[in-house]
Amino acid sequence: MRFELGVISSVQNSSLLRLPNFRQISIKRLHACAAPAPLELSCLSNSQILTIRKSLLSRETTAVDLAKSFLSRLRRTESHLKSFLYVSPEEDVLKQAKEIDRKIQNNEVLGPLAGVLVGVKDNICTSDMPSTAGSKILENYRPPFDATAVKKLKENGAIIVGKTNLDEFGMGSTTEGSSYQVTANPWDLSRVPGGSSGGSAAAVSARQCVVSIGSDTGGSVRQPASFCGVVGLKPTYGRVSRYGLVAYASSLDVIGCFGSSVADAGILLEAISGHDKFDATSSKRETPDFADQFVAKDCLRSQPLKGVRVGVIRETLGDGVDTEVISSIQSAVAHLDDLGCAVTEVSFPSFSLGLPAYYILASSESSSNLSRYDGVRYGNQVFADELSSLYGDSRAKGFGSEVKLRILMGTYALSAGYYDAYYKRAQQVRTLVQESFKAALEENDILISPAAPSVAYKIGEKKNDPLAMYAGDIMTVNVNLAGLPALVLPCGFVKEGSSHLPVGLQMIGAAFNEERLLKIGHIFEQTLQGCSFVPPLVAGEF
Amino acid sequence: MALTIFRGIRTCPLMLCPSAYFARKHGVFYCTMKSTDSQTATQERQQSAQLKGSPKIQSKTIDKLLKDYEAIIGIETHVQLNTLTKAFCSCPYSYGAQPNTSICPVCMGLPGALPVLNSKVVEFAVKVGLALNCKLSLDSKFDRKQYFYPDLPKGYQISQFDIPIASGGFVDVDLPVEFGGGHRRFGITRVHMEEDAGKLLHTGNRSYSQVDLNRAGVPLLEIVSEPDMRTGIEAAEYAAELQRLVRYLGVSNGNMQEGSLRCDVNISIRPIGQQKFGTKVEIKNLNSFSSVGRAIDFEISRQVLLHSQGQDDQIVQETRLWDEGAQKTITMRKKEGLSDYRYFPEPDLPGVSISKEYVDRIRDSLPELPEMKRRRYEEMGLSMQDILFLTNDVNVTEFFDATISGGADIKLAANWIMGDIAAYMKNEKLTINEIKLTPQELVELIASIKNGTISGKIGKEVLFELMAKGGTVKGMVKEKNLVQIVDPVEIEKMVDKVIADNPKQLEQYRSGKTKIQGFFAGQVMKESKGKANPKLLNQILLKKLNAKN
Repeated sequence: MRFELGVISSVQNSSLLRLPNFRQISIKRLHACAAPAPLELSCLSNSQILTIRKSLLSRETTAVDLAKSFLSRLRRTESHLKSFLYVSPEEDVLKQAKEIDRKIQNNEVLGPLAGVLVGVKDNICTSDMPSTAGSKILENYRPPFDATAVKKLKENGAIIVGKTNLDEFGMGSTTEGSSYQVTANPWDLSRVPGGSSGGSAAAVSARQCVVSIGSDTGGSVRQPASFCGVVGLKPTYGRVSRYGLVAYASSLDVIGCFGSSVADAGILLEAISGHDKFDATSSKRETPDFADQFVAKDCLRSQPLKGVRVGVIRETLGDGVDTEVISSIQSAVAHLDDLGCAVTEVSFPSFSLGLPAYYILASSESSSNLSRYDGVRYGNQVFADELSSLYGDSRAKGFGSEVKLRILMGTYALSAGYYDAYYKRAQQVRTLVQESFKAALEENDILISPAAPSVAYKIGEKKNDPLAMYAGDIMTVNVNLAGLPALVLPCGFVKEGSSHLPVGLQMIGAAFNEERLLKIGHIFEQTLQGCSFVPPLVAGEF
Repeated sequence: MALTIFRGIRTCPLMLCPSAYFARKHGVFYCTMKSTDSQTATQERQQSAQLKGSPKIQSKTIDKLLKDYEAIIGIETHVQLNTLTKAFCSCPYSYGAQPNTSICPVCMGLPGALPVLNSKVVEFAVKVGLALNCKLSLDSKFDRKQYFYPDLPKGYQISQFDIPIASGGFVDVDLPVEFGGGHRRFGITRVHMEEDAGKLLHTGNRSYSQVDLNRAGVPLLEIVSEPDMRTGIEAAEYAAELQRLVRYLGVSNGNMQEGSLRCDVNISIRPIGQQKFGTKVEIKNLNSFSSVGRAIDFEISRQVLLHSQGQDDQIVQETRLWDEGAQKTITMRKKEGLSDYRYFPEPDLPGVSISKEYVDRIRDSLPELPEMKRRRYEEMGLSMQDILFLTNDVNVTEFFDATISGGADIKLAANWIMGDIAAYMKNEKLTINEIKLTPQELVELIASIKNGTISGKIGKEVLFELMAKGGTVKGMVKEKNLVQIVDPVEIEKMVDKVIADNPKQLEQYRSGKTKIQGFFAGQVMKESKGKANPKLLNQILLKKLNAKN
């Protein structure tokens, strides 16, 4: 009886009733630097998100000042980079920042991303900003709803700073396929940032925002991360809801994260992950506490990755891959070896089959997904005298050439009489790729490859050679076919003329094991000597 | 979604066909008929029986020709499921709502919106699959069927292609007695789940069309029959049986006028004895069972006539529309080769996996289906005509079952329901659930007449009172003092009074005009306010009238 009373009395204490905000606990733990691996914020100083949080909570700075400094850098660099298709009006951003400052003043609960400026790829729906997917057919289109990932960002306190440029509907590897503008690479303005999430990668690289989200159908987060020298995280298919992501190839599309550190990418992923009743393909698995994986540099033992089995995919370090990229990756492998990993070589006979299979499947699904852009309900409509011209003219005028190319390929591959030879065979290859990965990931904890066969191309270099551009996706597409998570992080540079261009290392993990990738990636990143991945464009400020 | 304004689609040559019907790649824009009373199949049958008596298109020579041919008929039926929400989003659907008031990003096909399967759709599909004696696929999936049309917001319909949820079943039908009766079993090829499209609204001057997406995404079951039917009445009965089935199961209102149940008929003919099938013609726009029957009979005659005149090359693979006004089928569009829908598995939806336990649970919960009812009523000794009437409407059959399980005499209960109750429902345009009479009171009424508490005549009055106002037999008998007069003394008094009041008629009677006994009986009954026991009344009256002879 007394026990029951005790319970009641403690419940009556209103402070105990107040539940922490969404995912508040994990960040608290981060903040508190809990045992067994004592973690101080200073130890994780390469995390911009945690640095911001610390400086806000300690009243060192305000969210408004922070937002102002990012916005001024954004304005200054944007004329060179053109990474944003839409930037939020300054007053909107500052209004949100003021609200955060007010909460800090009142000691209210802060979301893990409070005051963090986030860029959102323009194929992810935002109700208060246009969402064009880089296509003229959706010019000025404003969705009536937020994508689930965007909704979660907002719930976590993030400030959406704008919508980033991309290849139209995510179809491309250079961001030159945008119907609006060409984005430049912050490391060399004459080069592409990669794609299709080139805007999101360039924006984080040039510190126009803290982190950004993109989408990865065949490498669209990882390849631009590699080209721009930032961390790119492609989660397991189903980890993040696709609701509100303008579909390119539904069975391959995932929303991914960009950050200037592994920790930022992980914290961002945690914020947007989780089952969504609006996406039947989103996983019901519990979202782990990704931040738990981060062990501060000072707490590391001498061989912190001892026993971790690393498989280097042999086929990714051979023909068609730049020798300097190969040597960068080999140094990274040596570094992993130093950290205690057991490195072996893995052969992947089906590796090269993934590319054609990917292009058949992605084109097939896209030919179907893009049928809805018919000019009837939204987007640009060309008036016509008859129905077929209404469709034909609206689509001819609204879609760019790369999109048309893929719609044609996909329509062909799905046509009666060709289905078995193309779509069905590609699905068989997909199964083969999945099985190869599964076997390789039973032998190894992670697999290693370059994120791309080269560093960033010159603008215009691949524009008229789609096959050469497609070939550049060889490192990444297999991962989408298998639905696995992969982390790309900068591991070195290649000198091209006067430019130093970053090289990205890709780590592929088992399904729903992003934790392991983040843990290994974070240690790798902190122990990598003599590399700063801040591009010359903004280097003076950091 | 106030943000999205529905635009007019400017069209001129959209109208491919002469009438108001809207041609499209896979179907018809179903027009709603302004008919307020929903006919039952039986009522329709009677109409069609009358129509058959005055044929416009059939001459004696055709009748003769028809004997040499056989028709091969298969039917594709679309049944709209009455789930609370649509198949892949949480929008409700109600027929006749203001355009575009029940829509969301998902059923509008907005960029980024994704379908999520309503599990009720699977439950209803399993129910129908089991009721149609089908094999169920425990692992089925959805596919995309791709074509462009303004009422199809995504540019593809989510449907099922190579693995339907149910296949290989059959349905049993008893043909109406007036058409010769007989039991038939028709094969069911497959049952699959899919979503409905929206509707196009055309302006008066036809300069543009508007899209209403309320219906887009409403769940449908497509039920495909084997080509097992041979006549219009068989096809109409097949369709009527499907309607009964979905209504018994409670998965659809099965209303043909509203388009909740839509039939497309495939039909070909061949000379009897020939193995090879003739060219198949599809008929659409069938808004009632009788139009199914009549359209088929017309089409058989048309094809037989062409064939017999050596013009069978004029029977081409085409889609024809049933023109209700002209009572004939007209060409809607000729097939320009097979359309390629480029089916492929729907990547936005996981496969549909159901367990054996789930299926068993649904099987155990199935109600008694029309065929079982008919066989049970047959064993109870009812005639096929009565059986077909009673089982046609699920509410009537439930009323009847409740009445007989309350202890009422089977034949009497059937007669009351098919007679006075049915007539009242028809006159007042009410369903059996809308009348105030309960089965319990019908049981009471039948018992009260049988045990002599009230006369049959009073019984009828009580019945109408109960149907219109409700209440109980006992209460009404008590309140209105309707108990039958069985006391001979009391009746004798009334007889005496009537005879005394009508000396003229008495004289006539006694002079041999005994026919006017009926007059006296009527007067006495009136005197008793209808309460006199008729048998007793007549006995006493006769005795009195003949007394002094």
